[in-house]
Amino acid sequence: MTRDQIHAALIEIVSDIAPDEDWTALTMDEPLKGRLDSMDFLDVVMELRKRYGVEVKEADYGKLGTMQSCIDFLESMLADK
Amino acid sequence: MAKSEQERIVITGIGLTAPNGNCLAEYRHSLLHGVSGVQKCERRYFGEALAGLCDFDATRHQKRKEIRIGTRAGSISIYCAHEALADAGLDIAALDVSRLGVFLGITEHGNVETENEIFEISKYNYDTKFWTHHHNPRTVANNPAGEVTVNMGISGPHYTIGAACAAGNLGLVTGAQQLLLGEVDVALAGGVSESPATFGIFAAFASQNALASHPDPTKASRPFDRDRNGIVVSEGGSVFVLERLDRALARGAKIYGELAGWCYNSDATDMVLPNSERQAQCMRQAIARAGLTPADITIVSTHATGTHAGDIKECEALREVFGDNCPDTYYNNTKSFIGHCMGAAAALELAGNLPAFTDGIVHSTINVDNLDPECALPNLVLNEPRHVPQVKAILNNSFGMVGINCVTVITNPNLS
Repeated sequence: MTRDQIHAALIEIVSDIAPDEDWTALTMDEPLKGRLDSMDFLDVVMELRKRYGVEVKEADYGKLGTMQSCIDFLESMLADK
Repeated sequence: MAKSEQERIVITGIGLTAPNGNCLAEYRHSLLHGVSGVQKCERRYFGEALAGLCDFDATRHQKRKEIRIGTRAGSISIYCAHEALADAGLDIAALDVSRLGVFLGITEHGNVETENEIFEISKYNYDTKFWTHHHNPRTVANNPAGEVTVNMGISGPHYTIGAACAAGNLGLVTGAQQLLLGEVDVALAGGVSESPATFGIFAAFASQNALASHPDPTKASRPFDRDRNGIVVSEGGSVFVLERLDRALARGAKIYGELAGWCYNSDATDMVLPNSERQAQCMRQAIARAGLTPADITIVSTHATGTHAGDIKECEALREVFGDNCPDTYYNNTKSFIGHCMGAAAALELAGNLPAFTDGIVHSTINVDNLDPECALPNLVLNEPRHVPQVKAILNNSFGMVGINCVTVITNPNLS
């Protein structure tokens, strides 16, 4: 997947998880914890597992802080998806 | 000795969703015009089933994320609680929320979530790392009441009461008891059901030969009819605002009725077959505790679910209590319209009868084409509603599995 495709996939996931948020207004550097709580982050991890077979270890949860950091972290793991 | 106004409990608000109405006015209109709410549906593994399903708008009081992470029972509870408080003319922003409690009866909880999750992980070779972290908060037994407190910011007490098909009455009784104990000043009390969202309940009743069938879904729930063949499983909710009378009067509240008496007991005999002697005891004690005699009861809201044995047992109990000397006592059945709403049943069935205190109409029992002689009762209101001069009191029956019984008596506030 390209970086743009990863971005689109993550927007789709967070839109399903928090459908009341306006995700079109999300900037690349905005902290996601302003829109997602801890249970929501576990949902993100679960959806990455279910949809793309990607495992995010608990020690790496901090790398999902912003859309930018998510894409940076997931790029290599989703390269062949 | 007469009770003080602080010892008398009244109903000041009603919020409900039933298969045939999403507010009291709509629901009552359906009951007076023979409108059922039963329809066909498909259930995983089971196939086609008949069920009473509700179509309330959950987004009226919940964000979409709340609906996603919560449960159907939670959504029903939240909808009904909000509507009840609004109906009571109470603004939660003006209330001391630490003195507001939520007490909801349920038959069961957690089966919907568990069935869904097992199905979900079946797609991943039953690997439990695909099991949701939402499972525990969704399945704790207090979930339906708890979701109300989270949604509405209520910091007073909450819990659910597991009481099988008597839960709707026991939710009401629990709310009253909490008020009498001084634990709360306002109680949101009643019962809810999400039961038809499972396949297991349909399969279990079918295995028990107790699941209703009929080519026309609206005719499948037929208590007292000779050709009845079982239960229609339904969902719904009815939440009442309960207050002590002194507080209700002080703020000029509308009063639907007074919870004048109740009784709950156990059959102590069988896991499924009801005990008419215990049911009769329960009814007599509830009536006595209300300071009334059987002849004072104008409407008996029967429990009858449409099972062959259950309907007969209740009629035996009713004949023992009321005999032939209660010419102003009328009997009706709400399950004939909406099916069996499980934890919500008794609460919804009471709600549907309360307007009789003002309009003087006893709603009917529909789908009785041929009355079973063993279910014959004097003044059993069949197929068409009946106008009566005055409704003094309602007796609301509910009898559940593993022999749990709860009967409530509600008196007309316009007469007391």
